[in-house]
Amino acid sequence: MLSFILRRLGVMALTMLCLSLVVFFLVNLEPNLKKLAISQLDMRSSAEDLESWLQRNGYRQNFFVRYGQWLGVMPKQPNIDPETGQAVPRFSYCDEPAVARYSGVLQGDFGCSTKFKVPVGEKLVPALGATGILMFWVMAVMVPVSLLIGVLAGMREGSRTDRALSVVSITTTATPEYISGVIFTVIFASWLGWLNGSAASATNSGVTFYNFTLPVMTMAIYGIGYIARMTRASMVEVMTQQYIRTARLKGLSFPAVVLKHALRNALIAPFTVIMLQFPWLLTGVVIVEVMFRYQGFGFTLVEAAANNDIDLLLACSLVSVLVVLSTQLISDVGYALLNPRIRVQ
Amino acid sequence: MQLDNVGVLGILLGVIARFWPVWIALAIILGLSLRYKKRLGLYGHLFDTGVGIAGLTICLFWLFTAIFADVIAPFDPLSQFLVMKNAAPGAVEPDSGMAFLFGGDRLARDVFSRMVFGSQIVLVIAPTATLFALMVGTTLGLPAGYYGGWIDNVLSFLANLVLAFPVILLFYLLVTPGIRETPIPQWLAGVFFVFPVIFFATLFYTRYRSRPGLLAVQLAATVLVGGWVYVGLVFDADPLGIISIEPNELNIFVAVVFASAPGVFRIVRGLVMDIKTRDYVAAAQTRGESPWYIMLWEVLPNARGPLIVDACLRIGYTTILLGTLGYFGLGLAPESPDWGTGIKESSRLLRLHVHPALPPVVALMSFVLGLNLLADALREQSLKD
Repeated sequence: MLSFILRRLGVMALTMLCLSLVVFFLVNLEPNLKKLAISQLDMRSSAEDLESWLQRNGYRQNFFVRYGQWLGVMPKQPNIDPETGQAVPRFSYCDEPAVARYSGVLQGDFGCSTKFKVPVGEKLVPALGATGILMFWVMAVMVPVSLLIGVLAGMREGSRTDRALSVVSITTTATPEYISGVIFTVIFASWLGWLNGSAASATNSGVTFYNFTLPVMTMAIYGIGYIARMTRASMVEVMTQQYIRTARLKGLSFPAVVLKHALRNALIAPFTVIMLQFPWLLTGVVIVEVMFRYQGFGFTLVEAAANNDIDLLLACSLVSVLVVLSTQLISDVGYALLNPRIRVQ
Repeated sequence: MQLDNVGVLGILLGVIARFWPVWIALAIILGLSLRYKKRLGLYGHLFDTGVGIAGLTICLFWLFTAIFADVIAPFDPLSQFLVMKNAAPGAVEPDSGMAFLFGGDRLARDVFSRMVFGSQIVLVIAPTATLFALMVGTTLGLPAGYYGGWIDNVLSFLANLVLAFPVILLFYLLVTPGIRETPIPQWLAGVFFVFPVIFFATLFYTRYRSRPGLLAVQLAATVLVGGWVYVGLVFDADPLGIISIEPNELNIFVAVVFASAPGVFRIVRGLVMDIKTRDYVAAAQTRGESPWYIMLWEVLPNARGPLIVDACLRIGYTTILLGTLGYFGLGLAPESPDWGTGIKESSRLLRLHVHPALPPVVALMSFVLGLNLLADALREQSLKD
């Protein structure tokens, strides 16, 4: 088991290395660098100005040297002003070392956000915290509801409840966040006026039922159908097992059979599905946070991408890839732990 | 200025009347299918369940809407009628005397016509992109599952690499105006669009190797048609000028194929690993058939059930992805009538005007729902066999 986890961690590190290289390449394409230079200077700067800005701030160094510096395996050189000979930080809002030293992701320095004009960490940590709150509530709504729907539907396969709930879950899988968001806002905010159509106030003045219900509902609804269908399939399979029949034949009531015998075995498969749902939730987070103006990770990612904020975008990709890969690992390990019939090799 | 309004009943009747070619086409197709359903195999079995009929009807409805969009839509999706700015549903356009059935949007365009024309964009890109993703995923998934070993390791690692990427981030990096100035979309297109040609060439070669005459004709046709489409799509240099694609559409197309091919790869690989243990594969191996013959003519046909279901779901998912692209304003032109862009435009002004948001929302949702229902019915039927 330990060697399995270690090998998976190794593959994970390799994957992150490859992906960060790809992202690094894409954000450093010529048009993107131009865009960055324009946003840092102004629209009317001449091509020479842009070029000299890029030159001065080290964007014209060798690609691999810069990647190495970002990663922290190459020393970052201080930025020397040619006129005074003094070391000047590239961006006034981030302090940079005046001497060459290793300062990259491996050392915990994620660089400097050119859009928000702060070090990346200062922007990213609160954003991740905000998204964590959102994710917590989404999970708290999504998991119980979908498990309930799945178990109720799978309990008696082919019954009327099963049919009705299946149609409900298919419908929710056809409702991506930007659809349900619009529909819910129209119903609950525009017509009924019960809820706030924006979660902007949640960032500053805290989460309330009034401003947070719509984003949570919107995000939960897309995942519910999928998890419910997986739970249903697993429940249907468990209900055909011999031990369920034995339990029924020894005279246990149907609810007792479902609760004591079926449920525990039926919930192993949905665990994996819920874990693997995280990558999908990540896309949902982006849509919902933009739609309801909630300043979390997704909002930061969109801002970083739209302004080609190189360091922030790289940090965002690292975080999201880390989330995806570690949930995959947890789901594999958890599945093996929950189901003794599975052995990892 | 006060605009005339046709009222709720007028809107309802007007919408039903505008869709007349769709109703006729639906009636013909469904009538014929019901009449001959015994002879239609899996397709005929779809008509046994309510879910299947509902799914098929919704999908066909949008298919015919896309085909007859020019007839159905009363107005041009891009032209603006100043007086109709934010007009309520059913308001009558004074010059032509025709009603804006679903009202006018922020830029005074007819919401109904935009919804109808939006179906064209979705129904062209989503199924074709899915088809290409299927080709790429299948061509790579077959050897990965069949041979195993290092081929499998390398390809699986690459697939997991793409799958570890959140889709939205991928799109933000791959679908930008900046990247269209670089040759990257062309490179990716050049790689992806070669797969169908390879696929069909191998398909024919493995089967008809012993009949050189027939094989030559098939290979020539594959290379000719494939090459023609390839030149038209990748280099935008179709000598006949029929096939051409806008750079931004190519960009979207490539990104969507890139995002969904690894999913297909994983499914095909899993199916092949299961099927290759069957007796008929062992029999083919004993006969001395070549590995690619076994993959393409023994394994693949037996994997078709799950693949068809997956393709159905995947078209739906691609539609959702296209909507996401439109919602974030990536790739598609800002005035494009597709549903995602429509939702983006109108969702910002939801507090003031609700009506421009609802038609694209309902359209996208119903189309994806139709595909999901269809996939569900197909899955049930293919499990029965």
